[in-house]
Amino acid sequence: MEIPYTVEPRPDTGLTSGKIGIWLFLASEVMLFGALFATYILLRVGAVEWPHGAHYLNIPLATLNTIFLISSSVTMVMAWYSLKTDAFGKFRLYLGATILFGFAFLVVKYFEYSAKFHHGYYPKTNTFLAIYFTMTGLHMLHVIGGMAVNAYLWGPGSKLWKTDKEHFANRVENSGLFWHFVDLVWIFLFPVLYLL
Amino acid sequence: MGTTHVTSPPHGHAAHAAHHEDLSFWRRYVFSTDHKVIGIQYAITALLFLFFGFTLMMLMRWQLAFPNQPIPLIGGLLGASRAPGGTMLPTFYNELGAMHGTIMVFLGIVPLAVGGFGNFVLPLQIGAPDMSFPRLNMASYWFFFLGGVTMLLSFFAPGGAAQSGWTSYSPLANIAPTGQTVWILGMIFLITSSLLGAINFITTTIQLRAKGLTFFRFPFFVWAQFVTAFLLLLAFPPLEAAAVLQLMDRVAGTSFFLPSGLVVSGQALAVSGGGNPLLWQHLFWFLAHPEVYVLILPAMGIVAEVIANNTRKPLWGYRPMVYSLIFLGFMSFVVWAHHMFMTGMGTTMAAFFQTTTMIISIPSVVILTSLIISLWGGSIRFNTPMLFALAFLPMFGIGGLTGLPLGLNITDIPLHDTYYVIAHFHYVVAPGTIFAMFAGVYYWYPKVTGRAMSERLGKLHFWPSFLFMNLIFMPMFFAGMAGLSRRLADGGASYLFSPEVLHYNKLSSFGAWGLALAQIPFIVNFFWSRKHGKPTEANAWHATTLEWSAAPSPPPHGNFAEPPVVYRGPYEYSVPGATKDYTPQNQGVVS
Repeated sequence: MEIPYTVEPRPDTGLTSGKIGIWLFLASEVMLFGALFATYILLRVGAVEWPHGAHYLNIPLATLNTIFLISSSVTMVMAWYSLKTDAFGKFRLYLGATILFGFAFLVVKYFEYSAKFHHGYYPKTNTFLAIYFTMTGLHMLHVIGGMAVNAYLWGPGSKLWKTDKEHFANRVENSGLFWHFVDLVWIFLFPVLYLL
Repeated sequence: MGTTHVTSPPHGHAAHAAHHEDLSFWRRYVFSTDHKVIGIQYAITALLFLFFGFTLMMLMRWQLAFPNQPIPLIGGLLGASRAPGGTMLPTFYNELGAMHGTIMVFLGIVPLAVGGFGNFVLPLQIGAPDMSFPRLNMASYWFFFLGGVTMLLSFFAPGGAAQSGWTSYSPLANIAPTGQTVWILGMIFLITSSLLGAINFITTTIQLRAKGLTFFRFPFFVWAQFVTAFLLLLAFPPLEAAAVLQLMDRVAGTSFFLPSGLVVSGQALAVSGGGNPLLWQHLFWFLAHPEVYVLILPAMGIVAEVIANNTRKPLWGYRPMVYSLIFLGFMSFVVWAHHMFMTGMGTTMAAFFQTTTMIISIPSVVILTSLIISLWGGSIRFNTPMLFALAFLPMFGIGGLTGLPLGLNITDIPLHDTYYVIAHFHYVVAPGTIFAMFAGVYYWYPKVTGRAMSERLGKLHFWPSFLFMNLIFMPMFFAGMAGLSRRLADGGASYLFSPEVLHYNKLSSFGAWGLALAQIPFIVNFFWSRKHGKPTEANAWHATTLEWSAAPSPPPHGNFAEPPVVYRGPYEYSVPGATKDYTPQNQGVVS
C-alpha cells in the first residue's frame, strides 16, 4: 500500500511527511536537552562553589572538536546540495567527510574521557563532573546515532538513488537536519561546560 | 526543491487492496504495519495491563481493609519475601502501590486511549489509508511491549519491584532496591514508544487528511488525539532526562538528586552530594501534569463522539470545545508545581501556580458544560456506549470539582497527603476515563469486528460498575477529609484518630472486589460477541464520521476502496429537510 506524501509534498502544507516528522522529533529533542540545561542551571545556582570548567576540562581539545562538528555540518549540507545538482560522486565524498569528522570528534572525546578517568575524575566525583559526563555522554550517543544513519545513507541506503532520486535526497536532508541539531547542541555545551 | 521530482500515485488503494492476502501470519497479525492491527494489539495489551494493575490494587485493598491478616486463597502463593504466611509485608505493599500507579497510567490508560483508540480510529476518521509512518508505528507498539515486559520482570528483581510510588521521588528512589533501576529502564522504553507514536499521530493528522477535511471539520476525537500527541511529544522528554539522571545516580554514583550530608538509617551516605531532591519533582511533574491531560483528553474525545451520535444532534459548542482543548494543552505545561505545594515553595511561586491552576479549570468546565448542554433536546438512545458516556459526565465533574481545593495552596496543604487526593484523581481517571474507554470499546467494536456487543451483557456490565466505582471512591473523600493519611501499609489502623473512619476502608475494598465481579459480563461479552454478536451494517450506529460512513466493517488493508472526499462538518445529525437523521461527512448533496 502506498502512503501519500512520502516523496512529493502535500500541496496545501507544502511539506513531505518525513520533513514534518523530523522537525517534531527535533522539538522533542529540544525538550530533552532543555531539561538537562535547566538541571545544569539549577544545580549551579544551588551550589556552594562551582568549579571553572577549565579546572577539569581541556579547552583546546574541545575547540578542536567544535571545529570538527561545524565542518561536518558544512559537508553535510554540501552532500545534500550535491544530490540536488545530480552529482552522486560528490555526494559520497561529502557525506563520507561528514562521517569522518564525526569519527574524529569521537576519537578526541575518547582521549578527553580517558584523561579524566586517569586523573581519577568520575561522574561521582562532584556535581560538575556528573552533569559534564551525563550531558556530553548523551550528546555522544546522538553523534553515534547520526553517524549510523549517515553511514547507512552512504552505503546500502544509497541504492534508493537509482530508483527514486527525490526520495533519497529527502532522506539525506532529514538526516542532515538531525545532524545540524546534534552540532547545535554541542555549540551550547561547549561554552556552558568548558568556558563559563 | 523538486529538481529531480519523481511522482508516485498519491493514493494506491485499489491496486493494493488485496495485497495483504499474501502476508504471512507473523507479518499480518504480529509484526503488522497496519494501523488497525497495531491499534488492536495496543488495545488488548493495554486491557490486560489494566486488569493486572487492578489485581495489584485488589491485593492492596485486602491489606487496607484487614491489616496484617493473611490474604485468603492466594496469600500463600506470593512467597515468603513478599507475604510470609500470607500476611503482606509493608515493602510489598509499597511495591504494589508504586506498580499499580505505573501500570495503570503508562501501560493501561495511555496505551488504550492513544495507542488503541487513536491508532485504530484516527486514520479512519480523517480518511487516511494508514498512518504516515507505518513501520514507526509498529516499532512504537513493540517498544511499549518491551517496556511492559520490563516492568513485569521488575517484580523478580532482588528486593522486589519499584516501591517509591509511581512518582519515584528522590532521594527515596535513589536508595531503593534494584527494582527501581529496572523501572527506569522500563520507563525509557515507554517514553521511546510514546515519542514515536506522537510524531506519527501529528504528522498523519496534518498530512493524510482526506480532501475537503479542513481542521474545523475534524471530529472532536481527532482534535483530542492531535492535542494529546503534542503533550506526549513535548512533556515526556523532560521525564526521560530525569530518568537518565536518576539512572546515573543509581548506577554511576552521581548526586543529581542527593543533597550534601544526607543521612540514611543513621549513617551518612557516601556520595559527593550537592544535588537537589526537588529537581526530580520538578522534572517529574513537568511530564506528569500534561500526562493528566493525556489521560483525560482522548476520553473527552470518545465521549463527544458517542454523545453526538446518540443524541442525534450536533455537539453544542464544537468550536469553543476545540479552542478549550488547545488552551488546555498549552496551560497543562504551566501548572505542574501545584503537585508540590507541600515542598514549602515560596508564596510567590505558589501564587503563580495556583493562579494558572484556577485558569486551567475554565476550559475543562467549558468542555464538560458543552457536552452536558449537547444532551438538551436530543432524542437520546440509551445504548451501552451512551450509558458509559453519560456516566462519564458526572464522574468527571466530581473528579474535577473536588480538584479545586487541591489547586489552592492553603486548602491543599491539609488535604494533600490524605485519601481525599486519591479519591479526587481516581474520580477523574477511573469512573471518568475508564468509563469513556468502555464507551469507546462498545461504540467501535462493530467497526473492528463487524458484530455488535450484546446490549444485555453491556447493561449488566454498566450498572454494577457504576455502583461499585462510587462505592470504592466516595468513602475516600470522607476518610481523607477526616485526615486519614494515604500511603500507609495498614490503612491508618495505627493512628489514634482514625477509628472513626477506619471502617470506610472496608466499604472501598468490597467496592473494589465487587467491581472485579462486574467486569465478568464485559469479558464474556468481549469474546463471545466476536463470533456470536449480531452482525451489523458498515455504519452500525448511523453515524456521520468517515470511519462509519466511508469504510466497511471491518475495514480492509488500506481502509477505503476510494479515497473519501469530505463535504461537511463532523456532526450533521437531524439536518432539517434531510431524509435521514444523519448526513455523513462524505455525502456531497443533501438528499
